[in-house]
Amino acid sequence: MSEKKKLRLATTSLAGCFGCHMSFLDIDERLLTLLELVEFDRSPLTDIKHCGPCDIGLIEGGVCNAENVHVLREFRKNCKILIAIGACAINGGLPALRNSLDLGDCLTEVYLTEPGLAHGHIPNDPELPLPLDKVHPVHEVVKIDYYIPGCPPSGDAIWKFFSDLIAGRTPELGHGLIQYD
Amino acid sequence: MTDEDENLETAAHPEKLRRVAIDPVSRVEGHGKVTLLLDENDQVHQVRLHIVEFRGFEKFVQGRPYWEAPVMVQRLCGICPVSHHIAASKAMDMIVGATLTPTAEKVRRLMHYGQILQSHALHFFHLSSPDLLFGFDSDAAKRNIIGVAAAYPEIAKQGVLLRKYGQEVIRITAGKRIHGTGSIPGGINKNVSLEERDYLLRDIRQVLEWSRAAADIARRLFEQNLDLFSTFGCFDAHTLNLVREDGALDLYHGGLRARDMHGATLFDHYDYRRYWDVIFEDVKPWSYMKFPFFRSLGPQAGWYRVGPLTRVTQCDFIPTPQAEAQRREFMAFGAGSAARATLGSHWARMVEMLHAAELIEALLHDPDLQGDELVSKGQRQARGVGVIEAPRGTLIHHYKVDENDLIVRCNLIVSTTHNNQAMNEAIKQVVRKYINGRKLTEGLLNYIEVAIRAFDPCLSCATHALGKMPLQVELLDASSARIDALTRDPDGTVCSLHP
Repeated sequence: MSEKKKLRLATTSLAGCFGCHMSFLDIDERLLTLLELVEFDRSPLTDIKHCGPCDIGLIEGGVCNAENVHVLREFRKNCKILIAIGACAINGGLPALRNSLDLGDCLTEVYLTEPGLAHGHIPNDPELPLPLDKVHPVHEVVKIDYYIPGCPPSGDAIWKFFSDLIAGRTPELGHGLIQYD
Repeated sequence: MTDEDENLETAAHPEKLRRVAIDPVSRVEGHGKVTLLLDENDQVHQVRLHIVEFRGFEKFVQGRPYWEAPVMVQRLCGICPVSHHIAASKAMDMIVGATLTPTAEKVRRLMHYGQILQSHALHFFHLSSPDLLFGFDSDAAKRNIIGVAAAYPEIAKQGVLLRKYGQEVIRITAGKRIHGTGSIPGGINKNVSLEERDYLLRDIRQVLEWSRAAADIARRLFEQNLDLFSTFGCFDAHTLNLVREDGALDLYHGGLRARDMHGATLFDHYDYRRYWDVIFEDVKPWSYMKFPFFRSLGPQAGWYRVGPLTRVTQCDFIPTPQAEAQRREFMAFGAGSAARATLGSHWARMVEMLHAAELIEALLHDPDLQGDELVSKGQRQARGVGVIEAPRGTLIHHYKVDENDLIVRCNLIVSTTHNNQAMNEAIKQVVRKYINGRKLTEGLLNYIEVAIRAFDPCLSCATHALGKMPLQVELLDASSARIDALTRDPDGTVCSLHP
């Protein structure tokens, strides 16, 4: 029997804390089983810097700057199935608490008028991507196919989701695996 | 090249140079990139590690009730949430005037050591081992944990299971593996039951054995690549870390110890509740991450290094026997060459992982874990400072709370921010030695990332934090003699130095 072609998986963290990626690793030794079924494209776990054609894309974090928008669009363009994982990707999460503040005031306070700074100035190098005035959920920028809630969703929930998806079933988490905290 | 260009931080004429970017830096936590500017002869004139996100936790935590902070601020970082959970809790202990019960302090320590174990395992096995096992410029397609699992399945398995054990210690003490709720102002909200203790005891011998094996792997890698590892990305740096009263390594509590690059003491056992008297911060236009420095030495010369390499080399001893034996071996190795090396940090990290495993075993046998005095409180205070040694280095949390229990000021200096200049120095060394004048390849660029990974940077933590440092105003007479000086502390308190 010929070896079955592996599914190709890309992952990224936008304006998130990497907790969803850590929860992905919380599938523990099942990671070694998963590696027999999928191969990784761009991910914080690999050195592939840009997403190529993939079967599955996993997005952690919301959209807080111009670079996040580019990365998110790169993923949408290349991934057949795009998944928003965790509170930040789904509704902005904790970073979106800054949406009630004025970004200009924030930057001024932190880098300009804050006491004790040796050389106060707002970082403005062209290498720094422009911050957006608000933090946005990813579905406001691209179409999303699945949402996995939780801050973060548990390793068990992520495992169940991927088991279903890879087996060709509609992923269902059900009682005990769906959580929002 | 001009003198400015020799320093590699800022090229005099960037418009004439070619730009190469490593974007994003991978196999680290968080969002960063490196840019290089090169001339037609492939000489590098500028290299910078940029932190590219701005968030603002310290701003939007204002106006929240203080007891929310330990749960909120851990969302800074999903790799080391426990660090922020505990540092914020320690600050809130001061706010509520608490002296922790033995049960509360020991359960928190257990949680923290679980965190050290899982974070160090993650960094060594999942993120860095591909560079160390396969070579810095090995095939990029295999240079990852998947490649390690194929070539060294036993090592990969041990890494995965060591991390799992640390995560289970966290789950039992914090209620959840990531972003738990176990630590609260003045204590904890649950103890460790006998069933939970027995569950964790079941695998601790194995974890100790694997931790010893991991330290052996780190040592062997150093032996096998002695010339490369003992010189790669090396530079002299001042250091900052917490130590216990007797000079021992203590990751949960202690006083601040700072030494200059020659080993001379700058301050020792310094009360961290006045950290702003000794640490200041600088801003550079090309990074959202600030550049802290020792106040006494100034922004140019005062930058320093924190983290496992600093802790293991600057403590007087490690108070558990197996890790102490490893520390002595580490310090003596190659006449101190590992202890001075940037890549020695991988080995130091594994010494600490063994230390954490030993501490977990000892704590699991302590009946105080089953105690039922969980919370205490005393005289309510307006200001709280909590400092711990997080997996990546010294972590500072500082809050001011008003009479309605709402946070009015917050300052966080995270471990990776302390290492900002140190990481930039390491990559400059790599550029000078390995990159200059050579045709750039993917493998060569990974040399730069290897130097960054040695610090285990948590760029996510660093992008969240804003930093609020103190202001000092001096009143001088006509002959420039100081009449008075006012300081404004990070929490906004103004006081006179000469009342």
